Amino acid sequence: MSTIAPLEVRKLSKRFAIGSALRRSHVHAVDDVSFDLRPGRITALVGESGSGKSTVARLLARLYDPSDGSVLFEGSDVARVRRRNDVRRYRSQVQMIFQDPFGSLNPVKTIRHHLERPLRIHHIVPRSEIDERVHELLRTVGLVPPEEVAAKYPHELSGGQRQRVAIARALAVEPKIVLADEPTSMLDVSIRIGILNLMIRLKEQRDIAFLYVTHDLASARYVADDILVMYAGQIVERGPIEAVLSDPLHPYTRLLLAAVPDPAKQLHMERIEIRKGLAAAAVDPPPGCRFAGRCPLEIELCSRRTPALVEARPGQSARCHVTAPSTS
Amino acid sequence: MIAPIEESAVARTSAETLLELRELEVDYGIGDKRVRAVDGVDLEIRAGEIVGLAGESGCGKSTVANAAMQILRPPAHLVGGSVIFQGEDLVGKSTEELRRFRWRNVSMVFQSAMNALNPVMRVGDQFVDMMQAHERISKRRALGRAADLLEIVGIDRQRVRAYPHELSGGMRQRVIIAMALGLRPELVILDEPTTALDVVVQREILQQVQDLQRELQFAVLFITHDLSLLLEVAHRIAIMYAGEIVETAPAARLATEPQHPYTQGLLESFPPLSGPRARLTGILGAPPDLRDPPSGCRFHPRCPHCLPERAGLYARQTSERPLLREIAPRHSVACHLVEEEGAA
Repeated sequence: MSTIAPLEVRKLSKRFAIGSALRRSHVHAVDDVSFDLRPGRITALVGESGSGKSTVARLLARLYDPSDGSVLFEGSDVARVRRRNDVRRYRSQVQMIFQDPFGSLNPVKTIRHHLERPLRIHHIVPRSEIDERVHELLRTVGLVPPEEVAAKYPHELSGGQRQRVAIARALAVEPKIVLADEPTSMLDVSIRIGILNLMIRLKEQRDIAFLYVTHDLASARYVADDILVMYAGQIVERGPIEAVLSDPLHPYTRLLLAAVPDPAKQLHMERIEIRKGLAAAAVDPPPGCRFAGRCPLEIELCSRRTPALVEARPGQSARCHVTAPSTS
Repeated sequence: MIAPIEESAVARTSAETLLELRELEVDYGIGDKRVRAVDGVDLEIRAGEIVGLAGESGCGKSTVANAAMQILRPPAHLVGGSVIFQGEDLVGKSTEELRRFRWRNVSMVFQSAMNALNPVMRVGDQFVDMMQAHERISKRRALGRAADLLEIVGIDRQRVRAYPHELSGGMRQRVIIAMALGLRPELVILDEPTTALDVVVQREILQQVQDLQRELQFAVLFITHDLSLLLEVAHRIAIMYAGEIVETAPAARLATEPQHPYTQGLLESFPPLSGPRARLTGILGAPPDLRDPPSGCRFHPRCPHCLPERAGLYARQTSERPLLREIAPRHSVACHLVEEEGAA
């Protein structure tokens, strides 16, 4: 396991303006987010809808420009590179897999076409070896026999097979980093595990650094080494996944854990307290903890000062005045 | 902590059969392009019981619900079987008879039901419409009942005056559930009621449904692809695969002693949140295309126990359709292997 981080995210923020010119407000979709992605490790980015987790992935894929902060790839800031060649070079190292395997493939092109394109554009192999490489990629993601699959059109494949094609396409450029945004949420439950196992195999065999964006804590625990929990645009807890899930610090992580059905203890459904407060308020947020309104542990300080991410246990940090108080 | 009501407790309160589906067969399309989406489904729901129907997309679980409500629309149509509610067959009833039956006796909540609210009508007025369609009730009394119902599902009663866009997705789904309970039906069909919602909201709504069910004692047919959820809320679970029910058992028994290889694979597809992190395999392959379903047992192309080396069994698996057989009280399985060897 390598310790060098090929991707370092530092104080990344993204604000979207909403409303009219006279009543302009900003959604703080991503606010002061920092983390590293390391080779051979899967980092899960977990949160509910609107938490900003997909925006983080899109910022890293350079589909959006950040409002603040930087993304260091092998030491240089790529968040703002504009030159075509630089963008192309970055994109050949950082690939994204989307949620919808139906929308991300061109219906009138064969599978071969989808895999050849990145090989040609990024000059991965000499022209004479393209066919061979296409077949190898299909074998890698478990689509056999490759000659047959390559000649098919997307509609001839099942959802799970299409997602495998999307993964093969991402792998074509031999990326160091793969951003997977809810790659299994549109697939049938019986084939989700297959995609997750493929991710694990790729991280082990190819030393790829994965960012696995999901709302599903159980699948995060299944594949990931580290976890980042997002709430209302901020990372509220981070750490090694087993540590965080077996003994969470942040009250929001605890709430999420209690809310998820766990087949391992099915007959002991935990009762959660129903709170009236609105979820994830990130429109022009006032100072203070964004979870304060829903939090059972709230103290006076919480509505006054935004908690910092504090390492309360080795490797495990949380943004909470109560469970991870700042020492300074 | 909510534990599902013990099986015996359900049996005690009432053993009366509320809804019985017999040999249900539903086709999509006609002639050569016909697809049999539901193929001979038997299902019984007792008064006050929560029955879960689980399966993957396209297995026919929603079609079963629509058939039970008699709201199949072309190209879907019932080609065989009966839907018996409190001893009466609903198949062949007139539109007017069915209109009175729906909502009063059986109501249904869909996955995207929150989008079914009329956006230009106050929430309360939509309750009034629903109630006045079924009984003589003054607007004032209906609004009062609407407010009571909102309170039951944890929404401020003042919200009867709200428009749908003023409510969050979770609140709108709760409004629909309140409406579904409005006429005190004996059976509520929930078709993926929380799938579009976040987990915390999902859990809140399920808790409320369970509380209400315990208080009002209505029966529930809960349809979802999320078996891990059903294990928590249902008393009894039926597993559907490719248009057929392949196993049905009390929830606790299904969790600990699943017999059908598909049920076992499905349970293996949900990684646990606690305990050891073992590698799971899920189920190889993909659900079949129902335009051309596999011969014999429909699960056989994906079944880890279907091996040519075992010629006798293999011949049956690939050519003969397995029938649901009771192997223990209230536990039935449709599997040749279980039939021959007692366990998969």
